[in-house]
Amino acid sequence: MAKKTTKTSSPVLPDPTEIIEEILAKYPNKVAKKRSKSIVINDPEEKSEVQANVRTIPGIITQRGCCYAGCKGVVLGPTRDIVNITHGPIGCGFYSWLTRRNQTDPGPEGENYMPYCFSTDMQDSNIVFGGEKKLAQAIREAYQIFNPHAIAIFSTCPIGLIGDDVHSVAKEMKAELGINVFGFSCEGYKGVSQSAGHHIANNKIFSNVVGLDDTIRDGKYRVNLLGEYNIGGDAFVLEKYFEELGINLVATYSGNSSIHDFENSHTVDLNMVMCHRSINYIAEMMEIKYGVPWFKVNFIGAEATAKSLRKIAEYFEDEEMKAKVEEIIAREMLEVEKALKEVKPKTEGKLAMMFVGGSRAHHYQELFTEMGMETVSAGYEFAHRDDYEGRHVLPNLKVDADSRNIEELDVQKDEAKYRQELADKKAGLVEKGYTFSDYDGMMPEMKKNALVIDDISHWEAEKIIEFYKPAIFCAGIKEKYVIQKYGVPLKQLHSYDYGGPYAGFKGAINFYNEISRMVSATIWSKLKAPWKNEPVLVGKFADAPY
Amino acid sequence: MLRNIEHKKSEYTATRNACKLCSPLGASLAYKGIKACVPIIHGSQGCATYIRRYLISHYREPFDIASSSFSEEAAVFGGQKNLNIAISNIIEQYKPEIIGICTTCLSETIGEDLNMIISDYKAKHASEDLPEIVHSSTPSYQGTHADGFHETVKSLVAGLAKKTEPVDRINLFSGFVSPADLRHLKEIMADFSLNFSMIPDYSESVDNPNWSEYKRIPDGGTPVSEVIESANAYASVELGYVFNKGYKAGRIKNKSQEVQTAGEYLESKFNVINHQTGLPIGIKETDKFFDILEKLSGNPMPGKYEKERGRLIDAYVDGHKIMFGKKAIIYGEEDLVIGLSKFLAETGIDVVLAVTGGNSGKIKPILANSNQNGQEPMTIGDDMDFEDLADIAKDLGANIMIGNSKGYYIARELKIPLVRVGFPVHDRFGAQRIHHLSYRGTQELFDRIANALMEYKQENSAVGYKYL
Repeated sequence: MAKKTTKTSSPVLPDPTEIIEEILAKYPNKVAKKRSKSIVINDPEEKSEVQANVRTIPGIITQRGCCYAGCKGVVLGPTRDIVNITHGPIGCGFYSWLTRRNQTDPGPEGENYMPYCFSTDMQDSNIVFGGEKKLAQAIREAYQIFNPHAIAIFSTCPIGLIGDDVHSVAKEMKAELGINVFGFSCEGYKGVSQSAGHHIANNKIFSNVVGLDDTIRDGKYRVNLLGEYNIGGDAFVLEKYFEELGINLVATYSGNSSIHDFENSHTVDLNMVMCHRSINYIAEMMEIKYGVPWFKVNFIGAEATAKSLRKIAEYFEDEEMKAKVEEIIAREMLEVEKALKEVKPKTEGKLAMMFVGGSRAHHYQELFTEMGMETVSAGYEFAHRDDYEGRHVLPNLKVDADSRNIEELDVQKDEAKYRQELADKKAGLVEKGYTFSDYDGMMPEMKKNALVIDDISHWEAEKIIEFYKPAIFCAGIKEKYVIQKYGVPLKQLHSYDYGGPYAGFKGAINFYNEISRMVSATIWSKLKAPWKNEPVLVGKFADAPY
Repeated sequence: MLRNIEHKKSEYTATRNACKLCSPLGASLAYKGIKACVPIIHGSQGCATYIRRYLISHYREPFDIASSSFSEEAAVFGGQKNLNIAISNIIEQYKPEIIGICTTCLSETIGEDLNMIISDYKAKHASEDLPEIVHSSTPSYQGTHADGFHETVKSLVAGLAKKTEPVDRINLFSGFVSPADLRHLKEIMADFSLNFSMIPDYSESVDNPNWSEYKRIPDGGTPVSEVIESANAYASVELGYVFNKGYKAGRIKNKSQEVQTAGEYLESKFNVINHQTGLPIGIKETDKFFDILEKLSGNPMPGKYEKERGRLIDAYVDGHKIMFGKKAIIYGEEDLVIGLSKFLAETGIDVVLAVTGGNSGKIKPILANSNQNGQEPMTIGDDMDFEDLADIAKDLGANIMIGNSKGYYIARELKIPLVRVGFPVHDRFGAQRIHHLSYRGTQELFDRIANALMEYKQENSAVGYKYL
């Protein structure tokens, strides 16, 4: 295994106090006060607190989307064999129509409804007189056309306001058609970001889908991978490792997934959580109800991948699997090291920043560290405090009005299906120092003085670019052309700039090459970056090699 | 000879793969065409995020749109407070000359009174030097993105235009076309020595050159003063036949209330003579546009355009063997579909299917009354989606599709080429630079269509001739 690439003689990051003051000075007092709590100078020793998952201030241009986007777009969008019907006017369905690059492999005969965008396309009369009949008819039509195993309904803003009861329509249609039909009350105005939609999606899938099929599938070991969405084919890379290890991957939530797998997903021996933010709810609920333990994994970064694979083999306490894991790591690291040797002269010592998602801004720091790059600033778009500071803050989280409006399911132990042997196994491993239900968050792994910004705005991004002069900025398509006007390349970590996969060892190599190309392209020298007009803050960087 | 035109309606209640986007998207683009304007979408922040996402992937440029970020509380008790905060924050951060607010299904469903909210805001901040604040009503359950665009252009003039002293200038309302089209229209105006004000003008603001330093608000756009003075112009030229008329079709309340275009509004209110003609695509439609310009300017068509027109006719002749008898499927906004249809009829291509997600009911009478020389019957589907299109297309034996990126999957299934025009185009580079209008734009379309047909023939030939 490769040595950790972070240098022991790592430079001290500059103190960003000055730039924070400059950022806040532009805001009206109330806004400045609010934002100051979400802009934090990291100190791994002090354990600073970040204000997260609070409302975006109107008029501040945000990266965030809405509840519907989190529910339909993120969590349920990648499942190929549920016909998704957007109940509302046309925009929402259109904008979430296969825009996230979730790949899927239905096989030669398999069903795949992901390329279809069904909407009730509500008109004036539906808003006035109600849209339940139209919805019922749309469900019948979807059934007639595809004869699917399940149909899901996603509510947009006006639905809750006009009082359409999507859940009773779902119930009626379920009885009429004899297939699973379920609705999500994921109106856009709920919660403070797409995060609310993740929670709503988790709840409904758990209550209406998980546990419907008790068949014990083949294989010595069965697992689920939660929070992996198969952007750019990430899940395809990971599936191969599990296959090699003799592990039956029952369900991935929700990249390359099928509803049949969700129905069966409570029968596994272990839940592995990739994106903690979007999917931890199902992991928690599955443990309470069925006794399936979960732990956090990360397959972004070669070393992180190696670490996660080892953790899995240790969980199963299987010597053969442990040997196989070492074999895979040894084999793959050869290629990884070769690639690193090529890119490092171009990447080492350069600065990166990333503002994306609810876990990507953390996971991708691993890849940059491997390339010898420094993450000077990072933040999430829609995460909560536990994603920054670790799950130990969960008992102290303030429950505000926005969170209270999102239902918490009252989950009870299912006496018949509960797997006591898994709970016992977990207890035994815990005694040996093995950690479960664990996520320490982004901040403990970031350096002192790194700048953490939750729900970053346009203005804030501008100022920190001026301050740090990064070699690369990672965010999404909405930010891409803004940042590039500054003469800084932007790597999209939502859609991968139409590239990928970036997961696992193979993915890491793809990422190294892509970043190396981006940070060394000569085109950027043709653009005049803002700091080229201003004196460089020499003092700030005097000790640093960059 | 009049063609056999059949009008089909969708057999489905659900919309399956929509051939339209929502009206606040069109509104946001129209606002972007006003100088130093920042749009605010009054609704959930998801609307602004989704719409920015979509516009940015088409134009590949920064596209700031603010949101009043409705929470659950605002959805119940009203969004006035949120909108006030949004306006104040935008003024503070951007120092805009104008703020353009459009509504959404959310704010319209709860009945937000934008006139009241804005006048309250102005009263509260009476001592400050406020930017202009205008609004347009664009619930996504009425009409399409094209309706939202034209409704917003109308709202801009209705909100700002004031009759004072006459100006030696015409208003040009260009429609939902590409930045390259807008630049070309401006060139034409200048060549006719016409003083004009193009409303809106997003030719720069969504297709910027690289900058030496970042601009919070991109350059370009129609100055607010010109929108105000639009009442004083001596004439307006409006490109389109349908505009925001689909808006009315969606309504159940106030159906009788007339939907006016910007040009119609200025004519009825301020006697600014309005000249409407369709999007200038094809020889005849462009001739009509140039006739209007000749009359308004008193100048003959500049020689440059005579030549472009001549070359285009020459290309029609030379390319006839490639185009004649080929069957095309076209789709998109209603005005684009009408323009493409009239152009293709001139080339010998038969449009066998014209589909739009719009619902003004105007396409059929317009196409039925124009002389068509097609051999094949034509099916018109308005208020249709891509799955309706695919169902009908199966048996048509079409040779080519012309429209936006969303129809690609059907072209792929039918194994025929797709020539990308209109909006959205996110699977090809340079969407903002596609020319559609005037002789020059038509020439480019003609060449692209002819080449697509030739390429198809070449690739599907057993021999692989390179001399075609």
